[in-house]
Amino acid sequence: MALDPPAVSFRGLGQVFETRGGRVEALREVSFDVARHEFVAILGPSGCGKSTLLRMVAGLLKPTRGRVSVFGLPVTEPRDDVGIVFQKPTLLPWASVEDNILFPARHKRGSVTQQDRARAAELIAMTGLQGFEKRLPDELSGGMQQRVGIARALHMDPDILLMDEPFSALDALTREEMGFELSRIFEARRKTVLFITHSVSEAAILADRVVVLTGRPGTLAADMPVSLPRPRGIETASMGATHEFAGHLRSLLLRRAA
Amino acid sequence: MSSPDISAASSSAARPETETAPRTKRGSLLLAPGVLPGLTTLVILLAWEGATRLFAIPSFVLPSPLGILAGFEAVGLSRWAEHIGATLRVAMLGYAVSILVAVPLAIVLARSPVLSRALYPILVVVQSTPIVAVAPIIIVVMGAGDLPRVVITCLITFFPIVVSTTTGLMATPPELIELSKSLRAPAWREITQIRLPFAVPYIFSALKISITLAVIGAVVAEFVAAEKGVGYFIQFSTSMFRLPQAWAGLLILAGMSLLLFQAVTLIQKRVFPWSLPKDAP
Repeated sequence: MALDPPAVSFRGLGQVFETRGGRVEALREVSFDVARHEFVAILGPSGCGKSTLLRMVAGLLKPTRGRVSVFGLPVTEPRDDVGIVFQKPTLLPWASVEDNILFPARHKRGSVTQQDRARAAELIAMTGLQGFEKRLPDELSGGMQQRVGIARALHMDPDILLMDEPFSALDALTREEMGFELSRIFEARRKTVLFITHSVSEAAILADRVVVLTGRPGTLAADMPVSLPRPRGIETASMGATHEFAGHLRSLLLRRAA
Repeated sequence: MSSPDISAASSSAARPETETAPRTKRGSLLLAPGVLPGLTTLVILLAWEGATRLFAIPSFVLPSPLGILAGFEAVGLSRWAEHIGATLRVAMLGYAVSILVAVPLAIVLARSPVLSRALYPILVVVQSTPIVAVAPIIIVVMGAGDLPRVVITCLITFFPIVVSTTTGLMATPPELIELSKSLRAPAWREITQIRLPFAVPYIFSALKISITLAVIGAVVAEFVAAEKGVGYFIQFSTSMFRLPQAWAGLLILAGMSLLLFQAVTLIQKRVFPWSLPKDAP
């Protein structure tokens, strides 16, 4: 285990964007590792380059400086073993729930197999979408739509799941519920997850580890394990230790912002 | 605590119902679909007929509705069918060719910023040249027959489709393009499975504009040179001072455009129901 390369490794990462308004430094000297099957929450204020980090892992963006490796190999192009869940569900409005989940397979290979369909059915059951298979996205609530987004990301069975503030567009109650849902899903099927959020309680409840970034340019402010017991559920949210940890994170964030 | 609440709620719910019942009954007849516009049309027609009789307006200035009807009947259904068929054929052929040219062109423009910058000014120039002025030149260059008419119809219809489709192709959510890239899918599948379907609402809004432009294109072409078609018929009738017949032709053209527009709307509703705004009727 110790000899295995980390699932994701960031080394001396820097990112500078040339924009019309001049140079914007999004990330500076960011280094940390994510172990296989670890759930890491990346916490930071808006504009600290959190999404940039994810897009580098996905191979959609080359870092200006430093290196991103996945399972020991530098990322040079988009990879098959990475799934993405976006901030907005961004489903295909003309496709049913089932077809949206099958979209990555159909898009990559041109057609879907019986096996793909079976896997989609399994994911539909796992994400609580039974009975909605043939519905169109706009017939679903925001929470349901994001369930489809998660199922779509899981359909190709990626080793690494990148989640870019996936619940930030949802109302508070649905957001919490989706968090527990996600915990339940990953309890059953472990994945390496990079989860971007700016909610401290979400980070505390979901993650094995929290990485805190500072505001622009994003630098590593803290990197700490979450020692709350698993499995986590609604009880976790009301535990004193959870509040204490979330409070600690919040103070870290606020101090850095000030 | 709950019983007075319920009685209050039920009485307040019942009261407006009994009060408004007679009013809604009277209103509902007028508000039934088609009734109000139909009545308005009838009133206008009556006033029109009355005015032409009362002021003895000569038919070459303004024929009366009954005069137009007589003009329509004088031509005969088979000749109308011939004229309508000719105009419809040119309009539909030009429209179809236009779509077949415009959509691929839009894909090229959306994919290549260089080509887009190179071709766009030319498109704008073509579009800003008055079609009525170009039509005689095209007819002379291409000779008689349907070809020059189809070309004229194409010229007038294709610009809205190119512009709108290009806009639609670029309006795809960037997340889905990233998803496509992260899957390393072939680029053409990004077009067929993501960009084109997302452009459907944009394409259809252009198709609705262009279908009425197609009728205009066909008529303009017939004005220049034709031996059949509703546009040709109107020009011929006016030159003979048969104004009631020209008016009949005009109304037929208006009806034709309206029906074609409705047909495009219906196709969108049937084939791409998801592309319509949610609260559309």
